Amino acid sequence: MNQQPTLNDLVIQTRRDILRMVHQVNSGHPGGSLGCTEFFIALYHKIMKLNPGFSMDGIGEDVFFLSNGHISPVFYSTLARKGYFDVAELATFRKLDSRLQGHPTTHEGLPGIRMASGSLGQGLSVAIGAALAKKLNQDSHTVYALTGDGELQEGQNWEALMFAAAKKVDNLIAAVDLNGQQIDGSTDHVLAMGDLKAKFLAFGWEVVEVTQGNDVEAIISGYETAQSLLGKGKPVCVLLHTVMGHGVDFMMYTHAWHGKAPNDDQLAQALAQNPVTLGDY
Amino acid sequence: MKKYTDLGKKDTRSGFGAGLASLGKTHPNVVALCADLIGSLKMEAFIEAHPERFVQVGIAEANMMGIAAGLTIGGKIPFTGTFANFSTGRVYDQIRQSIAYSGKNVKICASHAGLTLGEDGATHQILEDIGLMKMLPGMTVINTCDYNQTKAATIAIADHQGPVYLRFGRPVVPNFIPEDQPFVVGKALMLSPGSDVTIAATGHLVWEALQAAEVLEAQGISCEVINIHTIKPLDEEAILASVAKTGCLVSCEEHNVLGGLGESIARTLAQHHPCPQEFIGTQDTFGESGTPSQLMDKYGLNAAAIEKAALKAISRKNA
Repeated sequence: MNQQPTLNDLVIQTRRDILRMVHQVNSGHPGGSLGCTEFFIALYHKIMKLNPGFSMDGIGEDVFFLSNGHISPVFYSTLARKGYFDVAELATFRKLDSRLQGHPTTHEGLPGIRMASGSLGQGLSVAIGAALAKKLNQDSHTVYALTGDGELQEGQNWEALMFAAAKKVDNLIAAVDLNGQQIDGSTDHVLAMGDLKAKFLAFGWEVVEVTQGNDVEAIISGYETAQSLLGKGKPVCVLLHTVMGHGVDFMMYTHAWHGKAPNDDQLAQALAQNPVTLGDY
Repeated sequence: MKKYTDLGKKDTRSGFGAGLASLGKTHPNVVALCADLIGSLKMEAFIEAHPERFVQVGIAEANMMGIAAGLTIGGKIPFTGTFANFSTGRVYDQIRQSIAYSGKNVKICASHAGLTLGEDGATHQILEDIGLMKMLPGMTVINTCDYNQTKAATIAIADHQGPVYLRFGRPVVPNFIPEDQPFVVGKALMLSPGSDVTIAATGHLVWEALQAAEVLEAQGISCEVINIHTIKPLDEEAILASVAKTGCLVSCEEHNVLGGLGESIARTLAQHHPCPQEFIGTQDTFGESGTPSQLMDKYGLNAAAIEKAALKAISRKNA
């Protein structure tokens, strides 16, 4: 059993973790978590260069910031399965005295988390600060970030986008999870944001589109392109087209599962579509 | 009482600029950020000596707070500089989540606090910032009284682990704290011992408290003047030791009486040593345009008001 798990095994097991975590406490955000599962697995197992163990400063390794903190289930499962903490701790998600708070936090000292997120629109600024620190430290590693698409309605993002281009923060790859959904409906219905690719380009960013954002190989390939654009004076954006709720048929193509947990029957049905690969926590 | 002389009028913000420039030489991890107010914050000397360690963010304070939080990841000690209004209320949620809750070692340095910002008026004269910042768990809150103290505090907070809110102002005011007076975060400064009433003052009102104490002394009233430069954590020991002698207290601040230093002291007294307290501060109001001295007079933030309040506290004690 010393074989490395396949990326597909990790994706399926992570989906199971997400579903079981939110079901257990009847709260949390499965939709966006499932939609970003392939991204997290690709990021932590193929894309980022990581040191063993965890240090807050992340010197000499790539670092990642999750701005849309409500998709904490996929973040926690990924970190646990990567070895940052024991997978058994996933069972404490959203419970009293847990390090796995509803939204990610540094406050309880959970390894792998470098900033609190949940109040939207703040992660990109923090990622830029970390990227500037890497430049000051002459650390050639990369800062990665993920924001939601609905989250781009927060004005602070546009301050950050303007800054990163103006100040040539070219050691940063920021992904946008383009699932087209937010709490009150589709992003087009709630507050249409127009052509996001054109907006990022107009703000002076490089843009890489990953149209198959739920395909691990497509994500890895897109990030190879994104990495090739680093160090050339521009920040890099990856527009990641995903399907909210991906991997569970009745959760896909809707905002209904943004912040709703499955009941017992729905859980059984969802898990049946994703049979155990690495073992449940 | 102990007499203090004005060593020459200076603005507290220049003390910040001088402290930052000094840190530039001694602390290679100190990084400065500004949101288009370099001249107002007196940051030029640091920037000239260390351009690579300065981040001009533009008029985007929310982004500045986030970038500052991120810079700590990698071991930097960021000092943000803008007006107090834009350092607190405008960016409260950024400070709350990305700095305070995330436990980041950011120094939020805020100039032009209070009424003494003057003619720009109420939009810029924040009188609520101490309250906003002291309510954030883990946040240290400091309000300095003159040039020398602001310089010393700026230098001291670089070695203090954790988020700090450092509040200072725009006008030139007497500089009277000795240059070699050490600044200890959280430790009140005994300025003049006395026995009839405690005057606990912060910021620009410290000089006014000393003036009031001189006038009262001439009337045979002995005032103990304490400078509470650190509002959080509050030096409760110093306050309780003082009221144990005097039995009454006047709190003085250029801030709303709701949520400021006075309320922190009142809580301490209510729990440990109930006694009469009078509150010098703005009375739940916004400011307005005017010169700093006109405004301080109109809103009752001067030596004459402190004198009256001290007499009232003493009479309540003796009632």
